[in-house]
Amino acid sequence: MTNKDGENWVYSETVKQHFFEPQNILKGDPEEYGADGVGYVGSPACGDMMKMWIKVDKLTDTIEECKWQTFGCASAIASTSVLSVMATENGGMSLDRAMKITPQEICERLSGLPDRKIHCSVLGDKALRAAINDYFKKSGQDERIIKEKAKTICRCLEVTDHEIEEAVLEGKQTWEKVQRETKCGTACGGCKGRIENLIKQYKLQYFGEE
Amino acid sequence: MEKNKQIYLDHAATTPMDPHVLEAMMPYLGPEFGNPSSIYAIAQRAKQSLDEARSDVAEILGCTPEEIIFTSGGTESDNLAILGVARANASKGKHIVTTKIEHHAVLHPCEFLEKEGFEVTYVDVEKNGIVDPEKVKAAVREDTILVSVMYANNEIGTIQPIGPIGRFCKKRNIPFHTDACQAAGALDMDVNRLKVSLLTLNGSKIYGPKGVGVLYVKKGINIQPLIYGGEQERRIRPGTENVAGIVGLAAALNFAQERREKENTRLIRLRDYLIKGIEDRIPKVMLNGDPVERLPNNVNMSILDIEGEALLLRLDMAGFAASSGSACTSGSLDPSHVILALGEPYEVAHGSLRFSLGKDTKKKDLDKLLEVLPKIVDDLRAISPVRL
Repeated sequence: MTNKDGENWVYSETVKQHFFEPQNILKGDPEEYGADGVGYVGSPACGDMMKMWIKVDKLTDTIEECKWQTFGCASAIASTSVLSVMATENGGMSLDRAMKITPQEICERLSGLPDRKIHCSVLGDKALRAAINDYFKKSGQDERIIKEKAKTICRCLEVTDHEIEEAVLEGKQTWEKVQRETKCGTACGGCKGRIENLIKQYKLQYFGEE
Repeated sequence: MEKNKQIYLDHAATTPMDPHVLEAMMPYLGPEFGNPSSIYAIAQRAKQSLDEARSDVAEILGCTPEEIIFTSGGTESDNLAILGVARANASKGKHIVTTKIEHHAVLHPCEFLEKEGFEVTYVDVEKNGIVDPEKVKAAVREDTILVSVMYANNEIGTIQPIGPIGRFCKKRNIPFHTDACQAAGALDMDVNRLKVSLLTLNGSKIYGPKGVGVLYVKKGINIQPLIYGGEQERRIRPGTENVAGIVGLAAALNFAQERREKENTRLIRLRDYLIKGIEDRIPKVMLNGDPVERLPNNVNMSILDIEGEALLLRLDMAGFAASSGSACTSGSLDPSHVILALGEPYEVAHGSLRFSLGKDTKKKDLDKLLEVLPKIVDDLRAISPVRL
């Protein structure tokens, strides 16, 4: 189902199912819903934006309800829907586990997505982390908050690990392609080794290959 | 609604082949297989059909048959015009003027030429998607060797003022190219009235075959070929001719021009009915492009707060084929450069939806669409966190 060139937008049956019948949508007024935590990521200008509301079972430290709204393409809608199911099934996912959900896991549950869709449309994991962090903040558990930090890898052009990660997710899987995409290492070039290692790491992480 | 019967509203992408066109082509896909460059009877019959097709096209364009170059389609014709004229005239200057809303078949060769040392000015369009001829004139310099402005835009259907631009270029003796692929079925194609020196058109937008196009090259224009290898098409485009395709294109252009006026009246009525229908039934929509200076078959609306690809998939499920300027449907990660050139923000481009009507489109098809679309928009808006 995954197309390496990213040219086709062939979607799996699971994607279609969640796109046409999205689960756990927040209907009505978000204020009235009374969430324990809210998180959002993206912007309509980028083409994708999602917002997530969670209710937490304080005794078991698990997700009780996970509601969402998404502006985006079919895979953005489907991936958020499937994530909301993953977070709440079997009595609810523990917060510690939920903080570690990766786009890769979401893709697997969707039986795959075209490569170029992964980077732009699978943002639900980040929205969920933001919602859990928001809950930690509101419930006075600041020590549990995990911030997503970007590290500058290429100092000359100020390219971060996040940008390299996104390039790999878009299918740029060689030094040359990542360089063309991000302009990293086009000045002193001293970061080449570190960037090649990162590319390897992300390829392994997201595509299971080196 | 009948199951599996799709209502096709994407004629700006491509048109179904007219059965009469197919019929005209059939002999050349079968028994009449001769190579027009050979001398025996079967080859000479192919040659004769080729000559007739060329004369037919020349007559509609108001030029001589020698000025017609057959190519493999609109993209090749645009590439040949841009790259061929620029390279052949590089000793006179290295500056090109075009607009921000051209088809990629014009923009990408221009960008490529910038790497070869040419300079390109991409003129802005006005908010209604029409270029101001004065701005094109102002962009022309002493070293300008080519101006290229499309006849009608493929996404938002705006008809460009190529007459005034053509007259100016003629006075200044600068080659003027226009991409007329979208206009060929609806507008006047006479190159003398349009004052163009190069004109692109293709078969696949006028109920003709895919894989065949025309570049009109006015006598006296210097142009360098993109490929080499034979005497065909005055060596500007060598290679054994696509006889069936060329015969089909000529037939399609004839039909299109014959029914043009009657069909335009019908389509304009349907177009405006659909625009009004959408505006009446769906809040927060906006028409992209000009309401009047617009191709008779083009409707392009941005539907705020939702994303185009999701809309298209829902429409497809409901039995309608349309297209969008959203990034997800572009093959790249960028939304439509045309909608952005109107000065609209990215989120408006992501929500743009194009319906392009055709010769078989009926009012009842649009009524069905108007029944289904508001519900789909409501559904997607209900799950969207965006309120623009």
